[in-house]
Amino acid sequence: MDEVKIYSEAVQYIKIEMGTELFGIDISYVDNIVRPQHVTRVPNVASYIKGVINIRGEIIPIMSLRLKMGLDEIEETKSTRFIIIKMEKFGKIGLIVDAVKEVVALEDSQIERVKVDTSEELAHFVSGVGKVDGVLVSLLDLDMVVMEKSAKEE
Amino acid sequence: MDVSQYLEVFIDETNEHLQNLNTSILDLEQNPDDMDTVNEIFRAAHSLKGMAGTMGYKRMQDLTHAMENVFSKVRDGEIKVNSAMIDTIFQCLDAIQEYLDNIQGGGDEGTNDNAAIIKSLNGFLTGEGAGAAEAADEKPAETDKPAAEAGSSSSDGRNKWKDIKLTEEQIDVIEAARKDNKNVIGLTVYVQEACILKSARAFLVFKALEELGEIIVSVPSTQDIEDERFEYEFSVILITDSDVEAVIKAAKGVSEIEDAVGGIVEETAAEAKPAEASEPADAEHAEEHKEVPTAVAAHEGAGNKPATEKKKPVVNRTVRVDIEKLDDLMNLVSELITAKNSLVSAATADNESANDVGEHIEYLENVTTSLHESVMKVRMVPIESVVNKFPRMIRDLQKKLGKKMELYMSGEETELDRTVVDEIGDPLMHLLRNSADHGIESDVKLRKERGKPEEGSIFLDAYQDGNNVVIEVRDDGNGIDVEAVKAKALERGTITEEQANQMSDKEIINLLFLPSFSTAKQVSDISGRGVGLDVVKSKIESLSGEVDVKSTLGVGSTWTIRLPLTLAIIQSLMVVVGDEKYAIPLGNIQTIESIRPDDVKAVQQKEVINLRGNIIPIIRLNEILDCQSAKAEDEDLVVVIVKKGDKQAGLVIDELTGQQEIVIKSLGKYIQRSKVISGATILGNGEVALIIDPNALI
Repeated sequence: MDEVKIYSEAVQYIKIEMGTELFGIDISYVDNIVRPQHVTRVPNVASYIKGVINIRGEIIPIMSLRLKMGLDEIEETKSTRFIIIKMEKFGKIGLIVDAVKEVVALEDSQIERVKVDTSEELAHFVSGVGKVDGVLVSLLDLDMVVMEKSAKEE
Repeated sequence: MDVSQYLEVFIDETNEHLQNLNTSILDLEQNPDDMDTVNEIFRAAHSLKGMAGTMGYKRMQDLTHAMENVFSKVRDGEIKVNSAMIDTIFQCLDAIQEYLDNIQGGGDEGTNDNAAIIKSLNGFLTGEGAGAAEAADEKPAETDKPAAEAGSSSSDGRNKWKDIKLTEEQIDVIEAARKDNKNVIGLTVYVQEACILKSARAFLVFKALEELGEIIVSVPSTQDIEDERFEYEFSVILITDSDVEAVIKAAKGVSEIEDAVGGIVEETAAEAKPAEASEPADAEHAEEHKEVPTAVAAHEGAGNKPATEKKKPVVNRTVRVDIEKLDDLMNLVSELITAKNSLVSAATADNESANDVGEHIEYLENVTTSLHESVMKVRMVPIESVVNKFPRMIRDLQKKLGKKMELYMSGEETELDRTVVDEIGDPLMHLLRNSADHGIESDVKLRKERGKPEEGSIFLDAYQDGNNVVIEVRDDGNGIDVEAVKAKALERGTITEEQANQMSDKEIINLLFLPSFSTAKQVSDISGRGVGLDVVKSKIESLSGEVDVKSTLGVGSTWTIRLPLTLAIIQSLMVVVGDEKYAIPLGNIQTIESIRPDDVKAVQQKEVINLRGNIIPIIRLNEILDCQSAKAEDEDLVVVIVKKGDKQAGLVIDELTGQQEIVIKSLGKYIQRSKVISGATILGNGEVALIIDPNALI
């Protein structure tokens, strides 16, 4: 595990914390990470969409990753962040996460593809599990995350 | 002189002059004796000539010079304007446009001399207007009719080189080559349809041919071929010592070339002289003659790769800005500097003035917000620039279709974002052509029977409607024959019999927007190729607009394009519902009323109020918006009366905070927009407020 530092073909992930688990978001999707700000509620939308915010004149929808993943909503804390991701299909979308840790680089060999029989609901959104310094990081499949329906509602 | 830095200005101004000329000449056609118009045309032609000359576009200069001469005589009263002259002038404008397009595309004016147009223009000078008019009616390149006729008579469809139109100079070159006992070979090369780098293959073919001789004409032009602006075939005429077989073999030698057909170009001019045995001196001369262009061509070929990068359009897109808007901007920037300075002085001064900092910041905020809005406004341009070319188009169509019609336009000053204005030209043109071609009845008797004037009318109306700009294309023609559409859809298998019976007329008409659906009985080159309405629809939708059609058979059709003002700035009323701020567009609001709770009556389980004799239903916004009203039940209601057409409704809100100019922003694609919310805007404090669309509530 010593040669972890130099990875030519590794993909970089931003490690985030949700509850007790760690998740990874492919850094190439990440546009910006901002501190929480006032979210304007939009009526009559799915419950996990908390509303919209303004980032430098752009209106960006914000979704609660917790609600989307079927976790309980928690109060905003000091470490809460909005990760703004940019999707080809939908443009920019903000995800509310509990905390942002560091950036990790993972090679293919370090990633284990998820098996379908995972009982947790979360499995829908996870494309693989990476191991960083002995800790498991679930890599988020952002396409699934931003899909219309949340696991619970279906 | 390096004039490239003026190119943009040149292109802009030429476009403007051309537009002016088009408009003025249309005017002139109506009032041939209006000297003001003649003067204006003369001035525009003169400026065009001067500009083309300065920029070194010789061909364009010659053409505009000829045009200027004509108007100079018209101005002096020596010759009269007639319809033949107008036609020629229009051809001339088209030719100038072509030069301009070439310049815009590649920085060169192209090689078309348009000698025929110049000739017929000159014809008017000498007063043989009638005689010249006939020549003018023909396409410029058709002066060498013999060649064209010989070509078409023996053309078997694949030998497309036979259709190549030659200019007089080219004919001269060919004549000269014949004299030198050289072969003049026409060749059409077909590139495989799977070929990816068509232009590269074409380039190799050109290179191979240039080794054998000199290419004097190619269709499309080498420029177009380099830019890949051709289908899967191109044709050339080659002067060479080799025979046809060798040439074809050379062309086929390039990979991914499907086929090449060719033959000797026979007679190019009626009085083609029999080839004479050339004298030694002549041969030498010819050798030189041949050598030079080949070298040039080879040089061009060698420099081809780096050159292609430069071949991208050389022009940036520009917006012409009203000086007032710029003054506004300038003014705001100076205020910004003032604000900065006062902040600086506040920061360096003693603590006493620390209280002022808040004030200065507020001021700064105001300025930046206004600055932002002003910049947005700069992007807005009137749709005039797009719609102004339509009268000319309708005039041309009128001649082509042999129908009488007139285009009436209104609302050209309606402003839209520059990007949107650029995009709506094509869809509008399509709808207008559609109206002209299919809408207006060809049969004058039929129009009379229906009690309509002989001359068909097409209307193009643009206006702002709340958050939208609406552009309507209307005609008093035949209307859409629902039964014909239905029959066509059944025939095509688009819908089943069962579906057809259930569909409303409107649904059936909407089938027209499906890809490859054309009901035109005959395919014409104006419309009716089955591509079109679906393209119109997808284009409009890509601008997040909608297109709709209403039609009554025998009476006419109305096509309505509704474009959201994504960047539009509107006046709106800021309101509070619960603890949230919303904006209601002022355009929708009639009045604001204070109503006592017991004045609200229930009619058929709906709440209504009686406002000065009008019964108006009320809508409690907090219910629609799914939030808690901050008001107690017995407090007076604040009701915003909004209207849509002749319908009214009262929106119950908690509080008014004032009127504000807001910039409309889209909520993006991700949020499934609820109908009530038409967009969002950013408030002074950086927060987002949603914009309510009252139209959706009524």
